[in-house]
Amino acid sequence: MSIQPDGRYLDDRPYEPDPGTEARHADMDMANWRLIFRRFREHKLGYFSALFLLISYLSLPIAGFIAPYSPNFRHADHLYAPPQGIHLFHEGSFIGPHVYPITAEVDMEDFSWKYIPDTENPAKLQFFCEGNYYKLAGLFRTNRHLVCAPEGATIFLFGSDRLGRDVFSRILYGAQLSLTVGLVGITVSFVIGIVLGSIAGYFGGFLDWIINRVIEILRSLPELPLWLALSAAVPSHWSPVAVFFIISIILGILDWPGLARAVRSKFLSLREEEFVRAAEMMGAKPSRVIRKHLLPNFLSHLIASATLSIPAMILGETALSFLGLGLRAPAVSWGVMLNDAQNLASIEIYPWTAIPMLPIIIVVLAFNFFGDGLRDALDPNRS
Amino acid sequence: MFDLVWWCASGLRRCRPRQRGAADRAVSDRGKSVTSLLNVEGLTIGFGNDAPVVEDVSFSVELGQTLALVGESGSGKTMSCRSVLKILPPAAKILSGRVLLRDEKGDGVTDLLPLSNRRMCDVRGNRVSMIFQEPMRSLSPLHRIGNQVIEVLRLHPDQSKKGKNKKRVLETFERVGFPDPERVFSSYPFELSGGMRQRAMIAMAIVGRPDLLIADEPTTALDVTTQAQVLGLIKDIQQETGMAVILVTHDLGVVANMADKVCVMNRGRVMEAGTAAQILGDPQHPYTRDLFAAAPKIPETGGSEKAPDKTDLVLEMAGVNKTYTLKGSAPWSPKVIVQAVRGVDLTVERGKTTAVVGESGSGKTTLARIALGAEAADPGSAIFFRAEKTSQPLDIQAMDRDQRVAFQRQAQMVFQDPYSTLNPRMRVMEALAEPLEIHGIGSNSERMARAEEMLKWVGLSPNMMTRYPHAFSGGQRQRLSIARALMLDPSFLVCDEPTSALDVSVQEQVLQLLEEIRDRLNLSYLFISHDLAVVGRIADDVLVMRAGLVVEQGPPEALFFNPKHPYTKALIAAQPEPDIHRPIDLKIVAQGAGDPSTWPESFRFDGMNAPPLTETEPGHKVRCHA
Repeated sequence: MSIQPDGRYLDDRPYEPDPGTEARHADMDMANWRLIFRRFREHKLGYFSALFLLISYLSLPIAGFIAPYSPNFRHADHLYAPPQGIHLFHEGSFIGPHVYPITAEVDMEDFSWKYIPDTENPAKLQFFCEGNYYKLAGLFRTNRHLVCAPEGATIFLFGSDRLGRDVFSRILYGAQLSLTVGLVGITVSFVIGIVLGSIAGYFGGFLDWIINRVIEILRSLPELPLWLALSAAVPSHWSPVAVFFIISIILGILDWPGLARAVRSKFLSLREEEFVRAAEMMGAKPSRVIRKHLLPNFLSHLIASATLSIPAMILGETALSFLGLGLRAPAVSWGVMLNDAQNLASIEIYPWTAIPMLPIIIVVLAFNFFGDGLRDALDPNRS
Repeated sequence: MFDLVWWCASGLRRCRPRQRGAADRAVSDRGKSVTSLLNVEGLTIGFGNDAPVVEDVSFSVELGQTLALVGESGSGKTMSCRSVLKILPPAAKILSGRVLLRDEKGDGVTDLLPLSNRRMCDVRGNRVSMIFQEPMRSLSPLHRIGNQVIEVLRLHPDQSKKGKNKKRVLETFERVGFPDPERVFSSYPFELSGGMRQRAMIAMAIVGRPDLLIADEPTTALDVTTQAQVLGLIKDIQQETGMAVILVTHDLGVVANMADKVCVMNRGRVMEAGTAAQILGDPQHPYTRDLFAAAPKIPETGGSEKAPDKTDLVLEMAGVNKTYTLKGSAPWSPKVIVQAVRGVDLTVERGKTTAVVGESGSGKTTLARIALGAEAADPGSAIFFRAEKTSQPLDIQAMDRDQRVAFQRQAQMVFQDPYSTLNPRMRVMEALAEPLEIHGIGSNSERMARAEEMLKWVGLSPNMMTRYPHAFSGGQRQRLSIARALMLDPSFLVCDEPTSALDVSVQEQVLQLLEEIRDRLNLSYLFISHDLAVVGRIADDVLVMRAGLVVEQGPPEALFFNPKHPYTKALIAAQPEPDIHRPIDLKIVAQGAGDPSTWPESFRFDGMNAPPLTETEPGHKVRCHA
């Protein structure tokens, strides 16, 4: 014990003064993105959503390889075919993955198509087989598919639509447009939003006033009618790709005000930081201050907010196409597919035509979880 | 009432199963002989599996006594006293120890640590209350002061008589020195100054008549004259009510003025504990001695007073005025004109330091910004800069583009807040190379070589080049900030309170560094500070500012040994010193820090008609009627 004779307490461990010249924690020395990633991984839902989205986007170029059929290939004998299951066991014994061929019959009572599976003759699935021609990643023409049904049988995982096209294959092809429309749109809105937002936030004054009023006017316009009007103005003879770009640019143009506001308010608060004033006093020009000091400090926040607004873009495209004003056939997107499911009666009899809703819901949820996780990981108050 | 609500709410959130079983076996050792009001025994607190941040800390405090917990930031002093109220951050875990509070009737003790949060709410605000460091953040900006204070009484209804609450709050307001309690009762926090807000916080803390008041750095965010008054108030109230006070501070001067018992902490451990006379009169532990050595002191003896020879001036400011025009609260109301700087003459000699001292709002930072050309002074002000003795004076008011670029290479600034002065997204080498990059000097490898050299100069190792600012402590960041300012090889540095956010021991190191560099490079400093003791150490010429005016000017020896102006006297008197035999004289403080119209006859003025700055001795000027 270290109670001194005069009653005071004295610590008896050897004491070394801290000269204050060495850094404290080695783990705090990591680059910022690594710290963020470490925190992001703790958000399980967000992490798995990110992995799912990564896989989805990576598989876009090889959608044609995964899909058994090409998107507009018609099976005239299999209109409104129901989803077929893939079986492994036939009559109790393992014979590998196979389907049962189906044949169509008209139900004379309600005039709907009924399909009778032929459970006697299993049709073994073929792998890396030849089928419809398609372009891999839009470049190489090939007819190799991951899986196809043998002669005389079909493989409709999610059934077929009213023209006998495979819904599963169309969903894969539709993803190519539906998932990228958000990215293109967000790029457009990002560029406009950052440029105008940083001008407004950094320079202030009259420019700020003008940009704010433009934002307010854009925000006051009713969104859906404006979309409708703008997309109705797209000439009908344009190619699907041109229409696709126009649609995504329209979505982007209408989306930037929110981002510009976020950028502006961030700029206003960051401008007061001393390192910004230090750079200004050193003689840095505004463009350098913005590029080197302001943007890096909140780009990560912008990415998180952009991630959260991609689903809105995807839903916007879907809504427009559903109303018949976005992409048009022969282009395939999830919205275009749902356009076919507008008829309530046909959904009642052939519910699988509404299956494209599932990937929309899953992707939008995944983006939201991912964005949430990112935002939590970037929150400086939670370290 | 922000904090009470937060205590209770966060307490409920943290009600974990770990505590549930223990809640009902709250110890009541009635058999034991009860000595102290609060006894903290062997307290150990840790985060996760890391080494504990507070290790085996014990202290006790008796009614009517003041215990000071002293230490640098990160020493665990705040953690220890927050554990008494159980308002630790959610991740912190109390690993062992007991916090024994004597029961109200004085016939037993209760261990607070296993108490349920519901029962803790009876303790908080009622038996033990707390004052926080930031007066702005501890009051809810949305509620009137009176309502926030009265909430304490409403939360503990058993001790208040219905209908008497408001009267009691008004009495408390009067007690803490509000001249018009009714007006304060119905005003919002933003209508009050920092010192007034802290008084409101004190009112909130004592309105429930607690037995123990925990004050966590209650005056660190305040000006030195306000600090003296707030400390005096706490002392008065303690004498009147006989409560116990735990004062958390890093300032040995405050300790000397307030404490009966002292507990010095460092890195989570108690280094030395005893009575104030023991610790302050005869420190035994090397850490305590280091703290004493680092504490800035106002020089006691007057040195030789010599007038500076004004032959080689780096910066010359004459008749500098700066007025800001604020918009009125409504378009039709008249514009408000604020005079931030009024007719200041200032010179900085080459190789010397001119210091500007004053409270917040005295216009000292505006003056610094004007000196660097970052802000334009009013027309009629003359500001000249000479990069070298022989060079042509440069008029900072009328620089063209090339001149400005050249000036920016010569004049640099060191900022106040070490945590915002470095871009968190830039590695040290990028931050250091930036000034060279902006001015297009040298190749990349040359810049890196220069950055490494500067790191060595400021006492950091070159292997820190690739690190990010968040790996550094406040003092280290301030060193980096100095290194960055030196990169362009300037001749003139403006230091805007470079040490006011640092611990005393670190402050000492940084001041030493600044002195070394000045002498080595023949640099000239314009040093802005609110702390006379810091200035007394580094400055060759000091200007004391109040409300935009220079009230007294002279070499530090003359100023400290022979202060003439009541405001300077107040600043010196308010400076807490680590000497129990030199208590703060509140009378001098109150007189000098008051309104100019209450100053003694020869210094008094009202509004704009200030007396001229008259030279009483060579180099020593005082604003007074001759």
